[in-house]
Amino acid sequence: MNVTVPMPNLSLVVPEILMVILACGLLLVDLFIPKDRKRVVGYIALAGVVVVGVVTAAFWGKMAQPATTFSGTFVLDRFALFFKEVFLFTTGITILISLKYLEIEKVSLGEYYALMLFCTLGMMIMVSGADLIVIYLGIETMALSVYVLAGFMKFDHKCTEAALKYFLLGVFISGILLYGITLIYAATGSTQLAQVAAVIKEKGLAKNPLLVLAMFMLAAGLGLEIAMAPFHFWAPDVYEGAPTPITAFISVAPKAAAFAALVRIFYHGIQLLEPQWQILLWIICAVTMTIGNVTALMQQNVKRMLAYSSVAHAGYILLGVLAANQVGVQGIAFYFFAYAFMNMGAFGLVIYLRRENIVGDDIDDFKGLAQTHPLLAVIMVVFLLSLAGIPPTAGFVGKFLLFAAAIKAGFYWLVALAALNSVVALFYYFRIAKAMYMQSPEPLPQLSPGRGLVLALVVVGVFTLFFGIYPQPLMSLAKDTAHTFMMFLS
Amino acid sequence: MYQHISQYTPVLLFFALAIGFGVGALLFAYLVRPSKPDPEKLSPYECGIPPLISVRERVPIRFFIIVMLFLLFDVEAIFMYPWAVVYERIGWWGFIEMFLFIAILLVGYVYAWAKGALEWE
Repeated sequence: MNVTVPMPNLSLVVPEILMVILACGLLLVDLFIPKDRKRVVGYIALAGVVVVGVVTAAFWGKMAQPATTFSGTFVLDRFALFFKEVFLFTTGITILISLKYLEIEKVSLGEYYALMLFCTLGMMIMVSGADLIVIYLGIETMALSVYVLAGFMKFDHKCTEAALKYFLLGVFISGILLYGITLIYAATGSTQLAQVAAVIKEKGLAKNPLLVLAMFMLAAGLGLEIAMAPFHFWAPDVYEGAPTPITAFISVAPKAAAFAALVRIFYHGIQLLEPQWQILLWIICAVTMTIGNVTALMQQNVKRMLAYSSVAHAGYILLGVLAANQVGVQGIAFYFFAYAFMNMGAFGLVIYLRRENIVGDDIDDFKGLAQTHPLLAVIMVVFLLSLAGIPPTAGFVGKFLLFAAAIKAGFYWLVALAALNSVVALFYYFRIAKAMYMQSPEPLPQLSPGRGLVLALVVVGVFTLFFGIYPQPLMSLAKDTAHTFMMFLS
Repeated sequence: MYQHISQYTPVLLFFALAIGFGVGALLFAYLVRPSKPDPEKLSPYECGIPPLISVRERVPIRFFIIVMLFLLFDVEAIFMYPWAVVYERIGWWGFIEMFLFIAILLVGYVYAWAKGALEWE
């Protein structure tokens, strides 16, 4: 027996290869940089992320058709490319907002940036996985890095508690996910999504109880990173305890990666189980939106409030998954960019308010910001408007697409519930606005943001408004993404 | 449609047999043996010296790092055994792939070394 290992088409994994070299190189470079100049590591990481972003974008034109490599376990299509850009953008912004923050927290270490790059690598593999095992490996690469990052301020009790909670829940759920994968293998004899789909179709396994059970387990496993109910309990504690830049990062990138993997598995792997997963996701969607919004009403801590708000946003995005049509995928893709802008912005503001001895994450810390820093207050209002889904912001366009997709698929009641939820959400977002505009400031120490943070806030602020007023460029990219993704399906 | 699962029937049988044997042996012994306990017999080390201190001592955290590193590079070595067995048949790409694998681990090794994880004091 001759088992020649076929030479895979490496040109499709160039972004990932670059990322590995960058992350490993950064670990080594970090050894030679003195302790007080760790910022340099951040700059190198940022430059690297920009390069990888450009290289990834260069694939866009060539990928009108999906291409696979590594014996069909790794797929590169526009869907994967789009999400990779979301991750790289989020990583870049996170590095920018971390530079100063890490120095204030006295944990300015080079490993931080290397871990962040490994995490991004994991997510990039995750969205390109055409095989459940590859997707699982991507999830683990991502999750292990995020656990460490969440506990990066190791002398802070809240922070270590958050990391431990996240880790314990994460490994537990990852076991369930793996069990789901084995059940799929047991029922169909393959872990490759295309073959799983083919076997289900060929043998009429759409109602197979094993597969239905596996579907539940996969939804649970990915649901943790998505922070959808009932797997959202970790979110508020972790969001509050983790370093704020990492909170911003967790609230966007792993969520996007898990959503992308969920969509790929459910649409390309077990799409014939659609009647079953529609019932499941319908319930989860309704519960997630409502729990997220109602609980957010009662929060005094802005990071906790944004955590529950991100749970609610997961609910809105589930509308797009549920719709299972082209507009739905377009909505998911668009929404994640919009969500990256506005959520990174809102958390960026919290970091801006970080001073000596004040974390800046209490609603009272926002008091009278309109008087002391009018520009900052205005930009925060833009992010809040976008999160609430009010025009002319990117959040509105994204929400509009998701709701439209769900209406097109006939989920009228769910859209009505989502609209109702958006009204509830307005209330708690505007509690922050009220604190900024209608309360007088307390004498507080001077704010001292870094240039990186200011740059990041300007970028996401401008994008939030720009793609709210003129969404066409991003919308057509999202449309191409959805088009090739759904074409592959039929 | 369950043909993949039915392959595991021997495993299930073996599992049942293993449990049955364990429980059965204990049960049988319990039923037939005489039972005359006394304090000496019930002490933890009947034939040894009595324990002097609690064994739940604190262990230096250094062990933790060393053990972790050992585990990492031990697993690396395990990967190399099957590779070495089929080495002649997997061609050049298989050869290069192992070197990439080792190169990535080498980064970790250099990092651990430079950070002083291998120094005892």
